[in-house]
Amino acid sequence: MDQSISWITVGSVEDIPRQGSRVVRTDFGDIALFRTVADEVYALEDRCPHAGGPLSQGIVHGARVTCPLHSWVIDLASGEAVGPDEGCAGHCPVRVVDGAVQLGLAAFRPGRGGCGHG
Amino acid sequence: MSTHTNPSTPRERLVVVGNGMAGIRTLEELLAKAPDRYDITVFGVEPHPNYNRIMLSPVLAGEKTFEQIVLNGRDWYETNGINLLTGDRVEVIDRANRTVTAMSGLTVPYDKLLIATGSTPFIIPVPGSTLPGVVGFRDLADVDTMLEAAARGGRAVVIGGGLLGLEAANGLKVKGMDVTVLHLMDTLMERQLDRSAGALLRHELERRGIAVLTGADTAEIVGNEKVSAVRLKNGQELPADLVVMAVGIRPNTALGKAAGLACGRGIQVDDTMTTSDPAILSVGECVEHRGQTYGLVAPLFEMAKVAAAQLAGGTEAAYTGSVTSTKLKVTGVDVFSAGDFTGGKDCEDIVFRDAARGVYKRVVVKENRILGAVLYGDTKDGGWYFQMLKDGTEVAPVRDTLIFGQSFGGEGAANPKAAVAALPDSAEICGCNGVCKGTIVTAITEKGLSNLDEVRAHTKASASCGSCTGQVEQLLALTLGDGYAGEAKAKPMCKCTDRTHDEVRRAITALDLKSIPDVMQRLEWRTPDGCHHCRPALNYYLLCEWPGEYKDDSRSRYINERVHANIQKDGTYSVVPRMWGGLTSAKELRAIADVVDKFAIPTVKVTGGQRIDLFGVKKEDLPAVWADLNAAGMVSGHAYAKGLRTVKTCVGSEWCRFGTQDSTGLGVKLERMTWGTWTPHKVKLAVSGCPRNCAEATIKDLGVVCVDSGYELHVGGNGGMHVRACDLLVKVETEAEVLEYTGAYMQLYREEARYLERTAPWLERVGLDHIKRRLVDDAEGRAALNARFLFSQSFSQDDPWAERASGSVDRHEFAPLAQVG
Ligand SMILES: Cc1cc2nc3c(=O)[nH]c(=O)nc-3n(C[C@H](O)[C@H](O)[C@H](O)COP(=O)(O)OP(=O)(O)OC[C@H]3O[C@@H](n4cnc5c(N)ncnc54)[C@H](O)[C@@H]3O)c2cc1C
Ligand code: HEM
Ligand code: SF4
Ligand code: SF4
Ligand code: FES
Repeated sequence: MDQSISWITVGSVEDIPRQGSRVVRTDFGDIALFRTVADEVYALEDRCPHAGGPLSQGIVHGARVTCPLHSWVIDLASGEAVGPDEGCAGHCPVRVVDGAVQLGLAAFRPGRGGCGHG
Repeated sequence: MSTHTNPSTPRERLVVVGNGMAGIRTLEELLAKAPDRYDITVFGVEPHPNYNRIMLSPVLAGEKTFEQIVLNGRDWYETNGINLLTGDRVEVIDRANRTVTAMSGLTVPYDKLLIATGSTPFIIPVPGSTLPGVVGFRDLADVDTMLEAAARGGRAVVIGGGLLGLEAANGLKVKGMDVTVLHLMDTLMERQLDRSAGALLRHELERRGIAVLTGADTAEIVGNEKVSAVRLKNGQELPADLVVMAVGIRPNTALGKAAGLACGRGIQVDDTMTTSDPAILSVGECVEHRGQTYGLVAPLFEMAKVAAAQLAGGTEAAYTGSVTSTKLKVTGVDVFSAGDFTGGKDCEDIVFRDAARGVYKRVVVKENRILGAVLYGDTKDGGWYFQMLKDGTEVAPVRDTLIFGQSFGGEGAANPKAAVAALPDSAEICGCNGVCKGTIVTAITEKGLSNLDEVRAHTKASASCGSCTGQVEQLLALTLGDGYAGEAKAKPMCKCTDRTHDEVRRAITALDLKSIPDVMQRLEWRTPDGCHHCRPALNYYLLCEWPGEYKDDSRSRYINERVHANIQKDGTYSVVPRMWGGLTSAKELRAIADVVDKFAIPTVKVTGGQRIDLFGVKKEDLPAVWADLNAAGMVSGHAYAKGLRTVKTCVGSEWCRFGTQDSTGLGVKLERMTWGTWTPHKVKLAVSGCPRNCAEATIKDLGVVCVDSGYELHVGGNGGMHVRACDLLVKVETEAEVLEYTGAYMQLYREEARYLERTAPWLERVGLDHIKRRLVDDAEGRAALNARFLFSQSFSQDDPWAERASGSVDRHEFAPLAQVG
């Protein structure tokens, strides 16, 4: 599976504040990279499924982020809103190799209004 | 010299480079399988026989002697006919002729070669890193250097807060040195511990007198002939007589590389521990296997087994990599970690905290199997978890009690009520106030108590940190039977805890809690790092309780307070510079106009708070916008803050024909005094120059209405969806009194209101009488509150824009990380 993805290094884990986020600009919109308290790194489209809020600006807790606009809570791994809200921010394949954060952008198809997973 | 050589059957020659733990373990395994197969020669740089490197820490701490940690004495080598050459370094491998040549000039031929050269401490290449007095922590010579330094006393700086660094720090402290640990990350042992366990460890070390500096980046080691200090990138300088570098290890690959063996981070081996040359094997820390290098003995021993089988002629054994676990060897500190505890997709975090015993446990489960574990304070189940982790044991059958450990399961323990019933009368229930079970039960029966609050009032049990609340409730239920109606539960702070805002605040004071991980640990939070409800609240409570001491946690702030601007619905920001008391000048207006042009700001609006809002500023432009506004003398208006927003004024006696006092001037004074403060919710003030009240002062959190004979102070008002007009608090005669009352009122609100509770609902909850009692009737109390307010202000009146425009704070908030595609 990995072979079909080309990975692009966008920075190092240390560049992302713990419990924080940084944005990567791409041709198909901003990707928000998150680093959790446990140093896991996730990547989602930087658009809240509710009304497009910039998720990168939210508070990161556990493996979730709270949208800064109306406080929807989004699961970082799946991009899905945590109940009772429904919706999904597309998520982008991401991996960490020797501290380098790499995005699998080719496998990321944003703007379908749906989930990047499954 | 040897009894074993039998010239009639020439044996294969095995040469081992590296007389350390992995190399010699391989020989032990080999001798058990094929005792007579090889003529063995071992080279070792160190002048000692093989010893237990792990135990250097206890040697440093004086808990063991070197003799006690020797694993294979010289007699062992002799008995097994091994030719041991200590104090000699192998310099060259000649693969074509199959020989090695050592520093001493000795050349020895081999049929099989085993490279087990271990690793060396990584020395950060900063100026001064080669000065005498700078050591790594790897071998006995390093320990001797440290012990010599310790004998002279003085100060030691340990660079690196991982396993090795902390063991070195502890040893040096025990030996009487003043020790400071510098760690680049913000969590100690961050590769083995999560933040909660790291915080507990830090406290324990600090309690032992070891200073810990996190986020410390070393710039230079200072000294002429020998080390005298360590300078950090932020300019701080720490005097030092000894510097221990413990920032990591580098596999010793030089020898293999020079011989042309395939090397990555380590000497590359396959599953049979064979290098790219079939005659050469390698084991230990110098090895890279499937892209992985190791720094602990358990995997090395597994490698040794496979290498020995291979050397003995077998083919079946294969090394497939290891899962590792770590324990810190500091006497009296129990820390264990294993596997992957970072959590993540489809993982479930099971967290257990027992504040009274200082215990924290976290087990990460995925698809019913243990993925990782971190234990602090009680590590007796570490082995059990690790075994299940390695075996991939299904944990579903024990899932509910997994976190309590292996020995859990007895009836009494499973049922908390039965457990409390089984306690003797003398058992202490409330640790804070030292109240035992008998006292509580007697109070319930004799005084006819029927709920928690009454028990608290009469016995003080569970009145401080509240961690025994559950047990007190059990006692009520046991004593009263059906007569106990249970507690009308006040609303907990959020889903991470059962405690209310007030209980948490009480505990912060009673238990001296000084950081968010501290609070979560002592108050037994159910989540690893809280949520968007509790984190901002805790951050505020700690900031309020420990002015000047608590370091604000920007990650626990809502975005507006983190970037000091208001996020708008399209993700851009609005910027509001402060205009003191609503006053402005040509210079300020010109600067604003210039900023609007320069950054193409689409909308400029006068706010309801008498100042100017610039809408539609792009996030990455924020620092530059602030810098320009700063240059014209303007500072942040905190239009985003749970803090002081504005002081609205009318023109007052200076221009208005009705004005009775200088309302504008007083407003400016109030704003100068109160700006920058953090409060439970936003605070707005106003000053009107006469009862016509043009500044709408009577719907503000605090409004001053000037009259001929002085000033009326009105409190607890707001506009919004539920408009509330103020109540009159008091009438005073001088501006000085207005200022004192304002400071005291702000502080009372800061200390008593719950996070996100504005003054209006706070006032309705506690009652106007209460506020009058504290502020009007009690002159001394009022002065004390005001003094606390001013003290806290002495730390909070830094312009956040200036800090950020200068790039010193949170620079990464503003720039994208990368641009791709
Ligand atoms: C203070 C300390 C505490 C530790 N605590 C723990 C712990 O609690 N748990 C744990 O699992 N691990 C611990 N470790 C790690 C553990 O000691 C190592 O993983 C283990 O010793 C590595 O074994 P090795 O044989 O690969 O290397 P080493 O034991 O270092 O052996 C390599 C030997 O080769 C020699 N050598 C190098 N190059 C040459 C050459 N060219 N010619 C001849 N000789 C050469 C070296 O001098 C050295 O003696 C600790 C390490 C230290 C230093
Ligand atoms: C959750 C509820 C609220 C939100 C989201 C909100 C949002 C905002 C925003 C975006 C602004 C800047 C707009 C501008 O100044 O024109 C603002 C300013 C202002 N709001 Fe609100 N507001 C809220 C509640 C209130 C309430 C209850 C009041 C009245 C008491 C109020 C009074 C004001 C005033 C006076 C200003 C100008 C402030 C200044 O100059 O700093 N707001 N608010
Ligand atoms: S409140 Fe009174 S003093 Fe102030 S502007 Fe209005 S009328 Fe004049
Ligand atoms: S009144 Fe409503 S629309 Fe206007 S600024 Fe306040 S919250 Fe926004
Ligand atoms: S846009 Fe994210 S919650 Fe509304």
